[in-house]
Amino acid sequence: MLLLKTENLHTYYGHVHALKGISLEVEEGEIVTLLGANGAGKSTTLRTISGLVRPREGEVKFKGHVLNHVPAHRIVQMGVCHVPEGRRIFTTLTVMENLMMGAYTVKDERVVQENLQRVFDLFPRLAERKNQLGGTLSGGEQQMLTIGRALMARPSLLLLDEPSLGLAPMLVKAIFDTIREINARGTTILLVEQNARAALKIAHRAYVLETGRVVLSGPAQELMQDERVRKAYLGER
Amino acid sequence: MQQLLQQLINGITIGAFYALVALGYTMVYGVLKLINFAHGGLFMWGAYVGLTGLNVLLVLLAGGGAVAIFPTAVIVMVTIAMVGVLVERVAYRPLRSAGRLAPIISALGVAFILESLARNVYGASYKTYPTGLIPVGRVEILQGVRVSLMQAIVLIVSFLLMAALYLFVYRTRIGTAMRAVALDHEVSRLMGIDVDRIIATVFLIGPGLGGLAGMIVALYYGSFDFTLGWIFGLKAFISAILGGIGNIPGAMLGGMILGIIETLGAGYVSPQWKDVIAYVILILILIFRPTGLLGERVAEKL
Repeated sequence: MLLLKTENLHTYYGHVHALKGISLEVEEGEIVTLLGANGAGKSTTLRTISGLVRPREGEVKFKGHVLNHVPAHRIVQMGVCHVPEGRRIFTTLTVMENLMMGAYTVKDERVVQENLQRVFDLFPRLAERKNQLGGTLSGGEQQMLTIGRALMARPSLLLLDEPSLGLAPMLVKAIFDTIREINARGTTILLVEQNARAALKIAHRAYVLETGRVVLSGPAQELMQDERVRKAYLGER
Repeated sequence: MQQLLQQLINGITIGAFYALVALGYTMVYGVLKLINFAHGGLFMWGAYVGLTGLNVLLVLLAGGGAVAIFPTAVIVMVTIAMVGVLVERVAYRPLRSAGRLAPIISALGVAFILESLARNVYGASYKTYPTGLIPVGRVEILQGVRVSLMQAIVLIVSFLLMAALYLFVYRTRIGTAMRAVALDHEVSRLMGIDVDRIIATVFLIGPGLGGLAGMIVALYYGSFDFTLGWIFGLKAFISAILGGIGNIPGAMLGGMILGIIETLGAGYVSPQWKDVIAYVILILILIFRPTGLLGERVAEKL
């Protein structure tokens, strides 16, 4: 089933034309990754989907509903959670309070407890640290918290922006394993990554963005073999 | 010793006023990084609405005395809270993405408007609250240390309100959302928090408390005029900075400390020198703790 579809998205920051007609699709159950250099429009695509910025042209459709004019906090309620770049946890709130903010849209206390249990299963470290302030966590733990916090709303679509950025190699592997695990448990994922190799490894399909346009797309396995991708994003000569 | 205790009790009473008003400054600063200069005006309007409310209720109740105070307090809180929400909606929200200077000018504008309105509606002369509402009895809690009934009421009401606010902000879901919004608007939206609604809630609570403080101050001193908001507003603002602006326990602590320093200065040195003493101490505190007593890293944003 088609979960997310963007059609010809044009988004501007002031006079900067950041997205120049992005069309992409995400099927339920998939991991789809967006690759591209800095400034290609990957983050902006996620921000347009989650309602933080508005497209000037085009359409974002989620489960058949047009999201263009839905306020960001309602888009969360509809089942789209966006984990922004840069581990933006609430530093002076405890780990538990951070997670509870993730569950802000969930009104049923039983469901909140269920979701909390799932998050703690996935990240036992967060359970150990639940009464600590978010700001006292290590970088890797903070990244777990941002992902766990988003999962507290049990989204059907998770937008992840550079989850491996700035993490030690061992942690990068752990984060990608976790993303695969989250997907295996039924959450569809749209993943933005600089680490193209790791992203292509876990993704079903990928889109390559250049200066606000999709220049290439297809199954992840195929793109991994594509010569342009290998040269530009996998560091081969 | 008795004199010191007596001065401390008087100081804490004044400090409770500052603290109640300082909470409004600090909560708004927390979520919007805006110094809400209109807050002193809202506080002053609390005194005027309380005056009208009391006079009307005393007529309706045919001299019911102290019974009129409680319903008037509720009317004051509700009215000033609604004005607070209106001010945010009309004067601040449209400027939210306009940088930091424009909203401050807008806040100053609202402050002048509130003050002019008060002067035009109620006149420039001193207004006095009906007397004899609260019996003037004093209780001697220790030899030579007396607490008036009025002081006791002020202290009990203020501390209950502050405790309730503290529990609300630190123990409830909406209170936690307020602290989240204070840290990061964008991420709060991504949590599904309606940021506009949280900000409106802050403008309901801050001015509600501030308005009630205005009525209590007027009851305590008996008379006031339209400049009430400047003097108290400024001192409450200073209390908020002293405690660490954006920090709720800080506002309470800052208010208490300012009230106590002022009273001790007036009592032990001389009333004419109390402001000099109080502000020399304040400047010293800020030199050693520029972010305020309980503040973290926020002062540079001023």
